[in-house]
Amino acid sequence: MTEKSVKSPVELSGSQALLDALIIEGVDTIFGYPGGAIMPIYDALYDYNDRLNHILVRHEQGGIHAGQGYARTSGKVGVVFATSGPGATNLITGLADAQIDSTPLVCITGQVFAHLLGTDAFQETDVINITTPVTKWNYQVTDASEIPEVIAKAFYIAKSGRPGPVLIDITKNAQIQKFNYEGYTPCNHIRSYRPKPIVRPQYIQQAAELINQAKKPFIIWGQGVILGSAEQEFKAFVEKSGIPAAWTILGAGAIPTDHPLNVGMLGMHGNYGPNVLTNECDVLIAIGMRFDDRVTGRLDKYAKQARVIHLDIDPAEIDKNVKSTVPVWGDCKETLPMLTELVERKVLTEWHDKFKEFTRQEVEAVIHDELNPTSDEMTMGEVIKQLNELTKGDAVIVTDVGQHQMVACRYANLNKTRSNVTSGGLGTMGFALPAAIGAKFGAQERDVIAIIGDGGFQMTLQELGTVMQSKVDIKIIILNNRFLGMVRQWQELFNERRYSFVDIQSPDFVAVAAAYGIGGKCISDRADLQPALKEMMESKGAYLLEVMVTKENNVFPMVPQGCSVSEIRLK
Amino acid sequence: MEKQEFNITVYTENQIGLLNRIAIIFTRRKINIDSLNTSPSEIESIHRFNIVITESEDVVRKLCRQIEKQVEVLKVYYHTNADVIWQELALYKVSTDVIAEKVSVERLLRENGARAVVIRKDYTVFETTGHREETDNLISILQPYGLIEFVRSARVAIIKDSEGFNSKLREFERLEPGEDVIENEYLNQGQKVFSM
Ligand SMILES: Cc1ncc(C[n+]2csc(CCOP(=O)(O)OP(=O)(O)O)c2C)c(N)n1
Repeated sequence: MTEKSVKSPVELSGSQALLDALIIEGVDTIFGYPGGAIMPIYDALYDYNDRLNHILVRHEQGGIHAGQGYARTSGKVGVVFATSGPGATNLITGLADAQIDSTPLVCITGQVFAHLLGTDAFQETDVINITTPVTKWNYQVTDASEIPEVIAKAFYIAKSGRPGPVLIDITKNAQIQKFNYEGYTPCNHIRSYRPKPIVRPQYIQQAAELINQAKKPFIIWGQGVILGSAEQEFKAFVEKSGIPAAWTILGAGAIPTDHPLNVGMLGMHGNYGPNVLTNECDVLIAIGMRFDDRVTGRLDKYAKQARVIHLDIDPAEIDKNVKSTVPVWGDCKETLPMLTELVERKVLTEWHDKFKEFTRQEVEAVIHDELNPTSDEMTMGEVIKQLNELTKGDAVIVTDVGQHQMVACRYANLNKTRSNVTSGGLGTMGFALPAAIGAKFGAQERDVIAIIGDGGFQMTLQELGTVMQSKVDIKIIILNNRFLGMVRQWQELFNERRYSFVDIQSPDFVAVAAAYGIGGKCISDRADLQPALKEMMESKGAYLLEVMVTKENNVFPMVPQGCSVSEIRLK
Repeated sequence: MEKQEFNITVYTENQIGLLNRIAIIFTRRKINIDSLNTSPSEIESIHRFNIVITESEDVVRKLCRQIEKQVEVLKVYYHTNADVIWQELALYKVSTDVIAEKVSVERLLRENGARAVVIRKDYTVFETTGHREETDNLISILQPYGLIEFVRSARVAIIKDSEGFNSKLREFERLEPGEDVIENEYLNQGQKVFSM
């Protein structure tokens, strides 16, 4: 290297160019973990500390889930740093989760020097090939001068169209290398990339005709409404058309839980009416959802009687699982207002009464006892019910995976959009604690409450260290049933109660939290529930509340695997 | 739906790693690729893939949509064999002595549309192009005379009913996608060329 004493004002290292790009992209928070191959970037970060807030996590999986939580609540792109080899491979679960749940992320991984690529150098892993199936796009940078353009593309691809995770692997030489920096231009066009299909007015027309003729129309919506920031447009459509609307778990909260046209949750543990009536409606309007098998149950018996209108930004989703009568390609922020314009105002009293009747049956058979149990032991449902009274539906609810997730999604009141952060498509245990950390950074003014099972909490509980160090004000509720509850439920129902390895022992969670300087309490009496929740909500900073709940409670209703949605069981 | 051979044509940017991204779409569904050819297209910096698989149209359509979803893929078309002109190239290496002694080389070449590419003292290399059965046919003829080496290329296919990709490309280079960029099966029902 030649030693230049006078640095030209436009000469930057790859690392500096990267951080510059992040600032111009409006990034304020980065979640990450350093290591040898990403050290030049961390070294540069030292000087950017005043403009970029870096959160040191305890494991790269925690970092990427935090990035996801941040993206979900803020609507911005989550940014994650990790080193090469093990650092990068620890991101895989989060990438897969973000890919299937369409979460915009830009992950930056360090890589060995370019001249060492392919030599099995220390901590060298073929990150590009490993991550290809779980990224929307990835790219390896081996020369610093590529960085501005590649980062611009990365952000554009991550957030546009159907969002998703992008990974940029940067070799160490490219991080160090100085080059003539000509500034940063955000990207808004890539020749081969069409983020949004063009809207076809003739389909909007056809869709509106179908809707206007329908006697029993039914709306099912997913996260597309939230990802497209189309909540207002969606509400206007639902309200003008007067059609009952149900949600997938990732769509939860796009319109408030208590909106009169919101008829509940779809899918395996969804509500009774929306599931059964899917097989009775005459026109099914699917908006920003992908007919996941957890939602549809058996496809050959799914909504066969209905004419299907499918609104989606991703052309590959149309007709993938359910054949549509009218496909409405496009961003629902654009297509919904066009549709609203053409639909007639309708009063569908009889049809709504059907939903009400199913709700009545479900309340009687399931909900009433779940929320108002008479036994000594607490249920997960009553915890959520009490929590609702304190949050008034204004909090962000982050859930892990299992029974508690289904209960929380079913019963939590959500008044605002971007209030439900959960791992939907991948069902990743260990998601909630780190995602809640990120969620709080994405929505600092809001209360963030993580609801986690005793099993899932132990998958990423080291992130309590992040909560401690970065003083993240999140509330953690562990619903402890001393089982891997959801698996136990399946074993009870489908494997003759052969409880194979679902009995899980846990440490004293409150003591663990205390070791991290986090306050908490464990309760097992109903009388303590409300005061404990109140104490939690009122406490300053992070708090962990462990609630001992019934060991062998089941989440109902349930559409057993391989059954049709109308075969949903109430018990 | 019945399975048959489909020719998938993919226009892409020339990008490292893209072959892998495309291949994964097939392997993930456990679909075997019968033939795969990739080469620069007539347009500078754009590559063209020809992929042949045996599947139902329904599956092929879904695959094509997944391929077209890849960032560096410009356009994907699929066609049945009837909709394309296609060829495979085959090279056959045989011992010059044997062939000179035992076969009427001239007849062999003429009847099989073959061409001698190299004639050396020790071996001769023949070439034919054609459909699979045609190139297979020459193998069976040469086999008895000790075929030393044989190789066949992937299929290349030209779409019968297409204006070519040149005109499309102009649309892609524009910032806003033009009307005919994102066509779809519904709107193109009347046309012979399928395009999404
Ligand atoms: C990483 C991962 N491993 C395994 C599973 C399978 N799984 C789904 S739910 C569940 C049990 C969850 O138990 P717990 O966290 O205690 O929550 P509960 O169901 O009791 O509410 C398991 C093991 C998973 N979803 N994710």
